[in-house]
Amino acid sequence: MKHAILAVIVLIGVAWLGSLVGLDPVFGMVFPYVALAIFLGGFTYRILNWAKSPVPFRIPTTSGQGKSLDWVKQDKLDCPATFWQTVGRMLLEVFAFRSLFKNTKAEIHDGPKLVYGSSKWLWLFGLAFHYTFLIIVLRHLRLFLNPVPGIIGQIEFFDGLFQVGVPVLYQTDIIFVGAVTYLFLRRVLIPQVKYISFAADYFPLFLIFGIAVTGILMRYIFRVDVVSIKQLTMGLATFSPSIPANIGSIFYIHLFLVCVLLAYFPFSKLMHLGGVFLSPTRNLANNNRMVRHVNPWNDPSIKPHSYADYEDEFRQFMADADIPLEKELPPEPEPEPEPAAEETEKPAADAAAETPAEKE
Amino acid sequence: MYDGKLIIPGLLIFLVLMISPILFNGLDAGPVPKPEKPVGVTKCVKSAQYMRTSHMKVLDDWRDETLRDGDRTPVEIDGVKYEKSLMNGCLKCHTDKKKFCDECHVYTSVKPYCWDCHYVPKETF
Repeated sequence: MKHAILAVIVLIGVAWLGSLVGLDPVFGMVFPYVALAIFLGGFTYRILNWAKSPVPFRIPTTSGQGKSLDWVKQDKLDCPATFWQTVGRMLLEVFAFRSLFKNTKAEIHDGPKLVYGSSKWLWLFGLAFHYTFLIIVLRHLRLFLNPVPGIIGQIEFFDGLFQVGVPVLYQTDIIFVGAVTYLFLRRVLIPQVKYISFAADYFPLFLIFGIAVTGILMRYIFRVDVVSIKQLTMGLATFSPSIPANIGSIFYIHLFLVCVLLAYFPFSKLMHLGGVFLSPTRNLANNNRMVRHVNPWNDPSIKPHSYADYEDEFRQFMADADIPLEKELPPEPEPEPEPAAEETEKPAADAAAETPAEKE
Repeated sequence: MYDGKLIIPGLLIFLVLMISPILFNGLDAGPVPKPEKPVGVTKCVKSAQYMRTSHMKVLDDWRDETLRDGDRTPVEIDGVKYEKSLMNGCLKCHTDKKKFCDECHVYTSVKPYCWDCHYVPKETF
């Protein structure tokens, strides 16, 4: 945690110093493009890399009644058996975080008695975090689109519905910072979660927190010249970048942290954005009993070898080793030389003679 | 590559969404707003740079002082008195809302709620 917070502080310091010594063009024109290229390239690389991994067998989490006999009611969304049922499950997962909703919590009460209960807080704050982040990103499109589509204005209007202060306070800003704070406190205050938390868990939280705080400072406290900033961002979005004068350091800090987030994204846990669609425990239909799944890595030149074929190949050796055979050796052409051979053949001949007689 | 039929279109949709602002603008940044400057006046209540970033703060403070505290004494800066009023102060020099206020507000998609209460000054043409 110390390292993660230190890293974010260093990043803020780098951007601040950079803008003080006049490196604005680097922070305002070079880094955004580099970060976007790393983000798009890295994201594509990770997805294609995952797509190359074979998934030979269906391994979905079966968190409900699977498809069975007709009179057993199947839980179609929690144990889907068809493509469209799986689509339903994925939609719930992506838009409503259903797997988090099913979180349980184990507690030991006096007795001692182990008690399991539902735990919705992570789901609630996780959902709040992701949706407010989405709205915030959509709101920022006003800086990247010209003319600004009406829908963006509508989003802004409803986000600032209570008209608190000037410029109006966005509700999403408050909810977002609150949710990030919860996600952080959860990692520090719950001993079990703290034990499994590493720098890679804290760093994105601090980075996102830093982005939110610099953005809020820029809007409500320091106040920046939005027209100049839009000229810069429109320059970026039209590949004709320029650095207008009079943009404060706080903007470059905010922008640099966003660039770091973009560049860091593909190589971190944040890739769950793409990974959620590719998780085999969610996106596979539970149809192992209905469909034959062949290992995709099987060599097609290796043909199936049934037991009957196996016995055909090794019958003589098996007979010699006294291994029981399903199909006996063909009768020997010369029965004379050994008496032992005659003894074994006789009961077989008797049995063959007896069975039709018994049937009659 | 397994399940490429689903993964490749999904990835393409994501990439197009990510660069959609670039596609939307079509490499045209559009006109830069040029708010009309008042004729014959060179000074405002604060510096131009301050007004660019914080004019809303001035208006907000004035509203609180005049409407909530009833303090309507004019602001005096360098011997010039300015009425603490949007209609009789700001708009006295910046006469045209469309050519002054709206220029930047439309550009940055800002919709101040001044005009929920104030009448938009009459267009004179």
